Amino acid sequence: MSEYAVVAEGLRKTYGERTAVKGLDLAVAPGQLFGFLGPNGAGKSTTIGMLCTLVRPTAGRAEVAGHDVLRAPAEVRRAIGLIFQESTVDLDLTAEENLRFHAELFGVPRRRARVAIAELLELVELTDRRRSPVGTFSGGMRRRLEIARGLLHTPRVLFLDEPTTGLDPQTRISIWAHLHRIRREQGVTVFLTTHHLEEAEHCDRIAILDAGESVVSGTPAELKAVIGADLITLRTGDDAAAVRALRDHFGLDADAGADGVRVRVTDGASFVPKLCAELAVPVHSVTVTAPALDDVFVHYTGRTIREAEDGPMALAATSGR
Amino acid sequence: MLASLELPPDPLRRNRFGTDLRTIRVLWLREVIRFGRNRLRVAMGLVSPLLFLLILGTGLNSLMGGGGFQGYLFPGVLLMAVQAPALAVGISIVWDRQSGFLRQMLVAPVRRAALVAGLCLGGATAGTLYGLLVLVLAGVAGIPYRPELLLVLGELVLVSFTFTAMGVLAAVCIKRIETFQVVINLALTPLLFLSGAVFPAGGLPGWLSAAVAVNPLAYAVDALRRTLPGDAARLPGTTGPQWWGSAPPLVAELGLVAALAAVALVVAARRFSRAE
Repeated sequence: MSEYAVVAEGLRKTYGERTAVKGLDLAVAPGQLFGFLGPNGAGKSTTIGMLCTLVRPTAGRAEVAGHDVLRAPAEVRRAIGLIFQESTVDLDLTAEENLRFHAELFGVPRRRARVAIAELLELVELTDRRRSPVGTFSGGMRRRLEIARGLLHTPRVLFLDEPTTGLDPQTRISIWAHLHRIRREQGVTVFLTTHHLEEAEHCDRIAILDAGESVVSGTPAELKAVIGADLITLRTGDDAAAVRALRDHFGLDADAGADGVRVRVTDGASFVPKLCAELAVPVHSVTVTAPALDDVFVHYTGRTIREAEDGPMALAATSGR
Repeated sequence: MLASLELPPDPLRRNRFGTDLRTIRVLWLREVIRFGRNRLRVAMGLVSPLLFLLILGTGLNSLMGGGGFQGYLFPGVLLMAVQAPALAVGISIVWDRQSGFLRQMLVAPVRRAALVAGLCLGGATAGTLYGLLVLVLAGVAGIPYRPELLLVLGELVLVSFTFTAMGVLAAVCIKRIETFQVVINLALTPLLFLSGAVFPAGGLPGWLSAAVAVNPLAYAVDALRRTLPGDAARLPGTTGPQWWGSAPPLVAELGLVAALAAVALVVAARRFSRAE
């Protein structure tokens, strides 16, 4: 058994001519909240499919919870919980029935299932709606029910494919609160995909995937440290003079654009007072922006995640699943 | 942190047969509950066979200048009642595949053959219940309420299981819901017309009677017709499929239907088990 909850080596999947995932390496430690980040069509869902034994890899190997996905698919399935991008609850059944059926399919003993269902409904705050048909639930409630269902057979790794897609911002926040809580209370490894960069900040570790390849991985802080510098945006009375002054006094390479003078420095907050003291031109406003994952994404892929989504790969997203 | 790793011994490692039975039971129960909740669908599913019986039956009655055609149509009407919920299982598989629910089931650590068997039993139960609702109206068609009706009910179980298995087989082979509906409609209409359900299959020209002989529905209809009590469902002359000039034994007809179900079930389970 490997010490990692999820390991992949040279994992690859081709559909005919098209390569969805090109030789992926991954290692996720137990108990981690791991984010798999990339634009639509980058191969995230295909990777999850391979790790969950639903898609057969073309090459490479992967182990989940210590079991090889190709040689021991049944063991892998028992050890994982899976929440798909699309809603997969049974609308004709009640919340409780949905959970009970899942417990039966996963062979959870009835007595234990009864206790677990009550606890998990409490965890996702659906206890008072347990007897309502799921067809009457909102998107966020359905998603919460799915999270409860994914945890019912006490999996060691919980996979979530785009858990917050299609939900409103408020619901997204509540889903994240639930994810943190289950990670804390159940000690389960959480492996999720997202194309929202701001959500990746929640993760312990992230890997950025672009066009079927992992371009970089690390903690959000590590990745942002690669960018290294805060962005300072100045609005001044004379932008050209300010750029000159930054070059002459501080040796910094600034540029003047439509939104003012932009310059990158390592410690923005302590730089601002010095800057204001030295500058002869009037300063109207100063903004310091810490590096965001957006910058990291641009740094490694050469485009923003939105540009990447508008590209031809966006089409491939649907067929890749 | 790793508390979940030390939970009680894995309950999933019980004997396989027990797991299979549990899987079959849960999928069956799901279909039955869905059937019970959706009263509108039940009502809709009964409308077309009843229209068939009342309108077509009454119309043909006057054409024939006598009575009794409703009785003749009755086995076909039973078949129509049974096929709707059976095929609905197939539709729900295709639908579930599109919506992702199917993957949710496929990731469960159970044998896929057990999933297929559970689905088929669920469809068979729903189909039989529809059939029972129509069977209650046997008197309308001039069929006496006699104990043989219980045998008919037993046959309906078999026929609706076969229908479901065929629908499931079609569903695992066809990925798109539009294609599925077109294929089913295209297949069902000639099968029904050439089954002897609407008109006797006896007087057909050679190539059509050959088509009747290879039509599984013809055997199902004929078996039902021969089991229904009284004479209302029968007409003089041959009405069902012929083997070398005479009607095959009832047991052979039922055996054929059962064999078809078994083949469909096995093929569907095998196709279902294949990973992407």
